[in-house]
Amino acid sequence: MNAPLPRWADLVLLPAVCLLVALGVAAAVVALVGQSPLEVMLALVRGAFGTLRGLSYTLYYATTFIFTGLAVAVAFHGGLFNIGGEGQAVMGGLGTGLAALYLSASLPAWAMLPVMLLAGALFGLLWAAVPAYLQAYRGSHVVITTIMFNFIASSILVYLLVNHLRPKGNMALESALFAESAKLPGMQQAMAWIGVDWPNSPLNLSLLLALLACVAVYFFLWRSRAGYRLRAVGSSASAAEYAGIRSKHQTLIAMSVSGALAGMVGMNEIAGVSGKLILEFVGGAGFTGIAVALMGRNHPLGIIFASLLFGALFQGGAEVAFDVPGFSRDMVVMLQGFIVLFSGAMTYVIAPLVGAMLRLVPGVRYG
Amino acid sequence: MTEAAPLAVHMRGIHKHFGAVKANVNVDLTVRAGSVHGLVGENGAGKSTLMSVLYGFYQADAGAISVFGQEAPIHNADDAIALGIGMVHQHFMLVDTLSALENVMLGAEPHWLLQRASQQVRGKLEALMQSTGLHVQLDALVGDLAVGDRQRLEILKTLYRGARVLILDEPTAVLTPQEALQLFEVLRGLRANGTTIILITHKLKEVMGLCDFVTVMRAGQVVVELPIAGASIEGLAEAMVGRKVHIGRVEDAHQAGEVLLHAAHLEVRDAMQVLRLQDVGLQLRAGEIVGVAGVSGNGQSELLDVLSGLLTPSKGELKVCGKAFAPAHWLDPQTARQLGLAHVPEDRHARALVMDFAAWESAVLGYDSLPQYCSGPWMLHAAMHQATDSMMERFDVRPRDPELLSAKFSGGNQQKLVLARELGQAPKVLLVGQPTRGVDIGAIEFIYSQLRAMRDAGCALLVVSSELDEILALSDRVIVMNQGRIAGELAVADCTEAGLGLLMTGASQ
Repeated sequence: MNAPLPRWADLVLLPAVCLLVALGVAAAVVALVGQSPLEVMLALVRGAFGTLRGLSYTLYYATTFIFTGLAVAVAFHGGLFNIGGEGQAVMGGLGTGLAALYLSASLPAWAMLPVMLLAGALFGLLWAAVPAYLQAYRGSHVVITTIMFNFIASSILVYLLVNHLRPKGNMALESALFAESAKLPGMQQAMAWIGVDWPNSPLNLSLLLALLACVAVYFFLWRSRAGYRLRAVGSSASAAEYAGIRSKHQTLIAMSVSGALAGMVGMNEIAGVSGKLILEFVGGAGFTGIAVALMGRNHPLGIIFASLLFGALFQGGAEVAFDVPGFSRDMVVMLQGFIVLFSGAMTYVIAPLVGAMLRLVPGVRYG
Repeated sequence: MTEAAPLAVHMRGIHKHFGAVKANVNVDLTVRAGSVHGLVGENGAGKSTLMSVLYGFYQADAGAISVFGQEAPIHNADDAIALGIGMVHQHFMLVDTLSALENVMLGAEPHWLLQRASQQVRGKLEALMQSTGLHVQLDALVGDLAVGDRQRLEILKTLYRGARVLILDEPTAVLTPQEALQLFEVLRGLRANGTTIILITHKLKEVMGLCDFVTVMRAGQVVVELPIAGASIEGLAEAMVGRKVHIGRVEDAHQAGEVLLHAAHLEVRDAMQVLRLQDVGLQLRAGEIVGVAGVSGNGQSELLDVLSGLLTPSKGELKVCGKAFAPAHWLDPQTARQLGLAHVPEDRHARALVMDFAAWESAVLGYDSLPQYCSGPWMLHAAMHQATDSMMERFDVRPRDPELLSAKFSGGNQQKLVLARELGQAPKVLLVGQPTRGVDIGAIEFIYSQLRAMRDAGCALLVVSSELDEILALSDRVIVMNQGRIAGELAVADCTEAGLGLLMTGASQ
């Protein structure tokens, strides 16, 4: 019997209330283990936003989450649940790394970086296209196949690093360093070009790439014909069929775009930070992307804010674990868990409460 | 039924507002005990709100209710059930994976041991089935029951809980004509046993055939309440809409032209290899309406899907506007539109509109590649909005809000939007499935006039409908389908309801 919330409340108020509830519950747990919630919260916010360096780390984490969050959102609008962002990011990073390893010695940066980006997107795309094909033409559910493809991707990366890409005599599981042309400029370097002093951090120009991707995804989904057709299939496969839209093609398109977006993670982690192909550069960001998309309501703007939040939790959480004695990294994971729980699973419990609150506010036309 | 008969339900001065919307304004309703009382009105006239007040879903803002002479403050459905009021909803409230018996028992188990409970319930139910003539297989899973059986089970369930006043919300909307007739028999039997029945409907024929009294509502108010002896279909329709309506046949002479669609020997098998269409052939000519009559599920849906390119037959041939198709390369919906074949599907919710899309996005569904709506890879939002505005204007879609989600429009307004879209590109062939299902009388009149205007403009129309009246009102030629075959084809002048009925049931073969 509940009327849906007005759009602005659905997009802004509801996530904010969910976040507050999550923080409240987390604060209660923090108090329960004998810490001051206020102190912990201040340390977290200070760690994430208090200094330029902290902010840089927050933005660096957020960059990766934007890519994986967008990947999940695009698939979602096509009616698909892509849990394979992790594997697609791994393969994308492999593509970026291979391009850099074999071409960086001979190509200048202006040619090298676009090639790395394309290689990453292409590897991610192909890695997502296989489960998409299996779903569209063989009826194997993408949720199952993409999960399995995560394991295959990480095994392939390990195999290649152990047996082929590791320089002789090197004990660490990593490739040789790329040539300088394959290095995406860091924020410190980029800001120096325009005469601004910026602290050293992993934050690099792929942040701009991520923001561009947000704009591109917005235009793709809501302004282009392809996006119109994709959303039609995602909302109602039978209506799309009536309209003459082939849902099998749309499944391939949605997953391909999704995989390509996840594949760009390597531009941040490989081209922007490590400068060589390493293990574990994705570090679960593919899964965090699911939470980010959920919280960001599958909208690019929402995904930017949700990525910022999760970036802040990663960075601020690390600072808290460092600053506050007796507060471990696990507590931060718990806080993330609460946020996912309340902004995802509990949204439908909280929405009627927000509705009831709105009814009490005079002047709001609702219900 | 005399004036002296005691009142089962007496609602006085009911007011109910939702924000600015006045759903019920000073409504009085008197339902005599042991009568069938029809409650009619267009969608949004306030009849469902009134019944929800009676059943305790809503609290009236003002007014009083008495049940069997007793003042009855009804705060929730439990109060209503305790007073002997039961409601059968349009969408059944049954659990598919439980048996019929378990569904009746659910929430009212007389014993904590399940076996004891079902024994007790079974005994009572069998006695109830005996006395009412409502027979349902108690051990069958509800998911396996036919729609008519499920409805009987719903009625049985309410009676089992002690209902003396039965509210039925659009009970025939989901039934085939035969099932509807069976239902009416059951309701007459219940009335003979002393049960009071309130029938919410907008099918006036049912009201005239079954009810003892009728109340007409319009815009939240009671327009008229009268015994059925003093009512006529025309009078009730006028009271519902507020003006004279004509939905009957318009006699006019006109000539059918060239053949625009020609289908022959169509055969369709479903996933279980059961024949759904068998050797079906038909021709549609410019400037004529061909009606397809038949009991639902006799191949009409498959016929529409095959002709519109949604379904590829196993055998057959098709020629649309001069272009021939065979099963190996069957027509697809996109090609169909390019050839000038438009399709208003039977299933508005699953097919005709994307329910999550705003009206202006649904308004170009299937036509997104037209040059006026897109430029290169981009959609032209301004043009789409403009087109939606003019569609809404021309077909009087309410509310006139292109931003509203497609799902939020009433059934009739959704249908008007779909018709506006499909008629908008001036098709040469138009396939229409159930043109007025769930549509108000006022809108039916409008839709009929639009379809006739298409015919007069030289379009070839195929109208599939499970309403015989509709077939007879619209068609120039009638095809009757039975068990996937064409059972007969006749000019509308040669049609009688009895004759069509025989063809529909396959009895004349």
